[in-house]
Amino acid sequence: MVTLYPGPVEVGGIRLRNHLLLAAGILGTTGASLARILASGAGGVVTKSIGPSPKEGHPGPCLIVVDGGIINAMGLPNPSAAFTEELAALQGEPVVVSIFGGTPEEFRTVAGWFAGRASGLELNLSCPHAEGYGAAIGSDPALVEECTRAAASYGVPTWVKLTPNVANIGEIGAAAERGGATAVVAVNTVKAMRISTALRRPVLGNRFGGLSGKAIFPVAVRCVYDLYEACSIPVIGCGGISTADNVVELMMAGASAVEIGSAVIDDIDVFSAIAKDLYGPDGVDAQEIVGCAHA
Amino acid sequence: MHEQMPAPVAITEIVEETPSIRTFVFDREIAARPGQFVMVWVPGVDEVPMALSSPSSITVQKVGDATAALFAMHEGDLIGVRGPYGNGFTVSGRTLAIGGGVGVSPLLPLVTTGQADTFLLGARTASELLFADRIREAATLMVATDDGTAGHHGFVTQLISRVDLADFAQICVCGPEVMMAAVLAILDREGCAERGRFSLHRYMKCGVGVCGSCCTDPHGLRVCRDGPVFSGDILLGSEFGRYARDATGSRHRV
Ligand SMILES: Cc1cc2nc3c(=O)[nH]c(=O)nc-3n(C[C@H](O)[C@H](O)[C@H](O)COP(=O)(O)OP(=O)(O)OC[C@H]3O[C@@H](n4cnc5c(N)ncnc54)[C@H](O)[C@@H]3O)c2cc1C
Ligand SMILES: Cc1cc2nc3c(=O)[nH]c(=O)nc-3n(C[C@H](O)[C@H](O)[C@H](O)COP(=O)(O)O)c2cc1C
Ligand code: FES
Repeated sequence: MVTLYPGPVEVGGIRLRNHLLLAAGILGTTGASLARILASGAGGVVTKSIGPSPKEGHPGPCLIVVDGGIINAMGLPNPSAAFTEELAALQGEPVVVSIFGGTPEEFRTVAGWFAGRASGLELNLSCPHAEGYGAAIGSDPALVEECTRAAASYGVPTWVKLTPNVANIGEIGAAAERGGATAVVAVNTVKAMRISTALRRPVLGNRFGGLSGKAIFPVAVRCVYDLYEACSIPVIGCGGISTADNVVELMMAGASAVEIGSAVIDDIDVFSAIAKDLYGPDGVDAQEIVGCAHA
Repeated sequence: MHEQMPAPVAITEIVEETPSIRTFVFDREIAARPGQFVMVWVPGVDEVPMALSSPSSITVQKVGDATAALFAMHEGDLIGVRGPYGNGFTVSGRTLAIGGGVGVSPLLPLVTTGQADTFLLGARTASELLFADRIREAATLMVATDDGTAGHHGFVTQLISRVDLADFAQICVCGPEVMMAAVLAILDREGCAERGRFSLHRYMKCGVGVCGSCCTDPHGLRVCRDGPVFSGDILLGSEFGRYARDATGSRHRV
């Protein structure tokens, strides 16, 4: 396997300790849990998605573990502006605040709370199971461009996270780039559901949710590959990564860094475990492999 | 990652333990350590964490939507359970158990497996004392009620002065957080906080350690996965006894 030379990197305007970030919504509700993941070897962390008003999320079950993955329908629970308190202890750390809204104006409002208080923003235009938010906006290129422009207006690094639940993800990535995104992140979860045969009803309180984990890794590879062709800003890969070889593969598809979420279910120290295999003093510069599969 | 879909279980028996607490027995045994919990799916309503009071039962206090819906169920009705989850109480040597209210539920398996030697049991009033008869059969029982209708008139914490803490290898505690915090303060004063084992209650959505809703300050420990049982020395100086987060993640005093 290819190994990489260790050390800090800069991706989409944000300086990271290594190429491995914690994905949004995984252990991202509190400053202390984000600090724990940073201490355990992540190069950066993305927070839970924060929106314009406090939300309790969907009724349970909110999450089920299935073969090869997780299906969740959390429903974007978040404390809204009160989340700024959680960031207090993380000043100067590589923290990206994930935000969501229902309109460009809401994105501007929420972005304003965090601009300057974190390393950058990640726009959630991709959650598949929150009505009026996320993927409802993220499948319309014109809205993606407007929401991105609203948040990017603060001049802080602005990443846009995309949904794989569209026919042409490259078109959406290009819209984010026109709106001023400094990077695109792919992918959020893939629409999915399970039914309890004994109870004869969908298991999740929201009926359907989003699949993450190993099962969606091939979807992530394909989406990153498409975005690398469609955009000239960096692509950040996300979806089903659980090994260093997965990281290398996504980089070869075009990712400049990666986000890891569901894999913490098997090992909360997955970041240091992957870093141990991924980095070595005689490793190559990541630039040498990013997008190399497009040759 | 192995599939952990909610297992369907049928309610086979409903026992009225106190005016506000019922035990729901189901048709399946779940191999668990004392203090582990399950996520209980009440179809159409919600999914909530509940300690196992035996391998095939949960013991529930009616406090809101999901628990009210459970109280409206009948023998034969189906619910879903995922788990067991969490670390549970691991004990060795002599054990003192201190329980209040419905918090006695996760402590009962310690009693029924012969791992509790002395039990300090508290409730608001005599009729709300949970599992007193079953505890008395297997351990030395001391009782306190807030209104004095049974046992000591006052808080269960006041019974601690009647035992010799040095006799016990661990002190397992579950109940309202203010009560547990008072126990921790006593153990700290006596210099044995590290022998305390406290079962915490935090808002849980996933139960498997990924969503972050149950994380505590300052270590980022997950109550669902790293807990729910924590030793007292870890809790000293933490958010325990001071605040907790609700479903939105906002902090509230406890
Ligand atoms: C590890 C653990 C074990 C528990 N064991 C028992 C038990 O054996 N018996 C018992 O009666 N209760 C137990 N509880 C508490 C129980 O989970 C809540 O009382 C229950 O969820 C209330 O649901 P509700 O919809 O009826 O109430 P709501 O009206 O929704 O809420 C009432 C209160 O219950 C708590 N609560 C609600 N939903 C949750 C949730 N998803 N996670 C955590 N707390 C919640 C909150 O403090 C809330 O303020 C346990 C909690 C935890 C964390
Ligand atoms: C429990 C859970 C909560 C999530 N919450 C969010 C969120 O708030 N915002 C967001 O953009 N993505 C959210 N996601 C999606 C993840 O950030 C990530 O895109 C997805 O899980 C795929 O990566 P993985 O396979 O490594 O987990 C969530 C995923 C899970 C499992
Ligand atoms: S309930 Fe999700 S991390 Fe504990």
